[in-house]
Amino acid sequence: MASTTAAIGSRAAAEALVLRPPRSLWSNAWYKLRHDRLTMIAVAVLVVLGLLAAAADVFAQYVFTYTYEKQDLLHTYEKPTLDPPAYLLGSDEIGRSQVVRLLYGGRVSLAVGFVAALVNLTVGVAIGLTAGYMRGRVDDLFTWFVTTLNSIPTIFLLLIFAAIWEPGPVTLTLVIGLLFWTGIALFVRGQTFALREREFVVAARTIGARDRRIMFKHILPNILPLIIVLAAIDIGAIILVESALSYLGLGILPPTPSWGNLLTNATSYFVRAWWLVVSPGVMIFLTVLCLYLIGDGLRDALDPRLKAEK
Amino acid sequence: MRNFILRRLIYAIPTLIGVSIITFAIVRLSPGDPIRLFVFGQRDITGEDIERLREAYGLNKPIPMQYIDWLIAAVQLNFGQSFIYHQDAFQLLLSRVGNTLQLAVAALALQLVIGVPLGVIAALKRGSWADGLIRVFGVAGHAVPSFWLGLVLIIIFAVQLRWLPSVGILTVGKDAWDIADRFKHILLPAFVLSLTGIANYSRILRTETLDVLGQDFVRTAHAKGLHERTVVFVHALRNALIPVVTALGGILAGLVGGALVIEQVFSWPGVGQFTFQAAIAKDYPIIQAATMLVSVLLIVSYLLRDIAYAIVDPRIKAS
Repeated sequence: MASTTAAIGSRAAAEALVLRPPRSLWSNAWYKLRHDRLTMIAVAVLVVLGLLAAAADVFAQYVFTYTYEKQDLLHTYEKPTLDPPAYLLGSDEIGRSQVVRLLYGGRVSLAVGFVAALVNLTVGVAIGLTAGYMRGRVDDLFTWFVTTLNSIPTIFLLLIFAAIWEPGPVTLTLVIGLLFWTGIALFVRGQTFALREREFVVAARTIGARDRRIMFKHILPNILPLIIVLAAIDIGAIILVESALSYLGLGILPPTPSWGNLLTNATSYFVRAWWLVVSPGVMIFLTVLCLYLIGDGLRDALDPRLKAEK
Repeated sequence: MRNFILRRLIYAIPTLIGVSIITFAIVRLSPGDPIRLFVFGQRDITGEDIERLREAYGLNKPIPMQYIDWLIAAVQLNFGQSFIYHQDAFQLLLSRVGNTLQLAVAALALQLVIGVPLGVIAALKRGSWADGLIRVFGVAGHAVPSFWLGLVLIIIFAVQLRWLPSVGILTVGKDAWDIADRFKHILLPAFVLSLTGIANYSRILRTETLDVLGQDFVRTAHAKGLHERTVVFVHALRNALIPVVTALGGILAGLVGGALVIEQVFSWPGVGQFTFQAAIAKDYPIIQAATMLVSVLLIVSYLLRDIAYAIVDPRIKAS
């Protein structure tokens, strides 16, 4: 009798073990994220914004029947109206449809943000990892270079570059990517410093793993969760910078619309059409807010002990 | 303390050299010929004259030599004459520094006066609606494009309500010492410029106050029977305020960079606006002088930050 109970008990224990699959860091994080309502709302809003921007052609052709370049000098500074639908958010100083231009502008602003962030993450992680792992001379050079770059406000450097070279959208995106990596690199370097002294790295070195293998197979995966958090915040920050630059007339240039350059002529809207000033800013704000909220949510999900960044 | 300051000063030298290389490179690597730009519009100029000008400005020497020449002149604050104003570039710039500093100091004051209390209140009333509101603001304040906020505030307060002016630093024709008028002009740009910092400080102070309130010495102070107010304001806050100094570095860089854009929105006659116009006009001497000036200002404020940090937190000096 006692032995059967024990047998049943141990079988139940075995089943319980099978029923609860092992949870990795990622599935744990995903579980937490799914229950974080604010973050999920932010993800949803961002996905909707992304889809709207991606489908700009479809909307322009079938819903608004108005291209982003189309002008109508007889209908300038129209108030928001449903008739025609193209003037849903009003028309600008040469009768272009604000809503269609916002959709296309979203495409440009989001693309610049994501691509530039990808560039500076790649550069920042590679440089930070190398400096933190190699230490010594390499690290001294790194520190000097980063301190120097940080002593010139980045937007200042970017603005001067844009004014002198007058780059196209692709060059501009790359340059933004190549200017904003210092924060990420400093962070990755700090983490690498701490990790390279840990037992598992020493163990890997003992069995003869090469530097590159240790850096990319052992250290990088341990920093990856935090890099993902930084990426979300990074994209938001870049979208803000791009919009400011485009507003000043130095970023993405018309007729290509971007959320920033829709505001370049804002001064002439002040009295006649204030609503034209509102919509691009709201789009930028919403997008960046969602990205920052996702960053915060990811941070909580991936590492609850981590304190809020300054 | 003297050794600490001295060491920091020496550290600043390689940084300054780095900045000077970047500043020099920006202009020397730029497309176009500065001499052609310089003589643009002058008809009776021959190729020979251009060669002579090139020699006079040392533009026919190898690049490293040009850099050394330029650096020696730059150390003496001689960046050459502005292409547009035909006056000394550094002097022109210097006349705008005051305006930018005014704006930056006003914004910094707003950040401290608004941001710090917000963070402390959020921490003390943790979980309340006030805490929730402040936390939302802490994220949202970062996400607002500041130039856009400036435009919206101009529409509300200058165009619709007509309470505040939208451009400049002083009403034309008013006395330069009309403080009330100056105050009206600085209010909007300073607030817009300070927004990110307010959000920043409210976040930092909230985290930090919560952290400090959970520490042993606070519990000891409570156990001693001290008044709640004494515990919070005398024991806890003093320690929670240390990061205010640490964060100054990022805040200062943000102020200088932000001023560049905000001055444009509000037509504020400062270094940012001047540099922007110079950049558009490719007025290289002014661009170079401005880059060096802004960097030196930033390096000096980083230095002051480090010194303040060492005073507030004696543990730093040892390391």
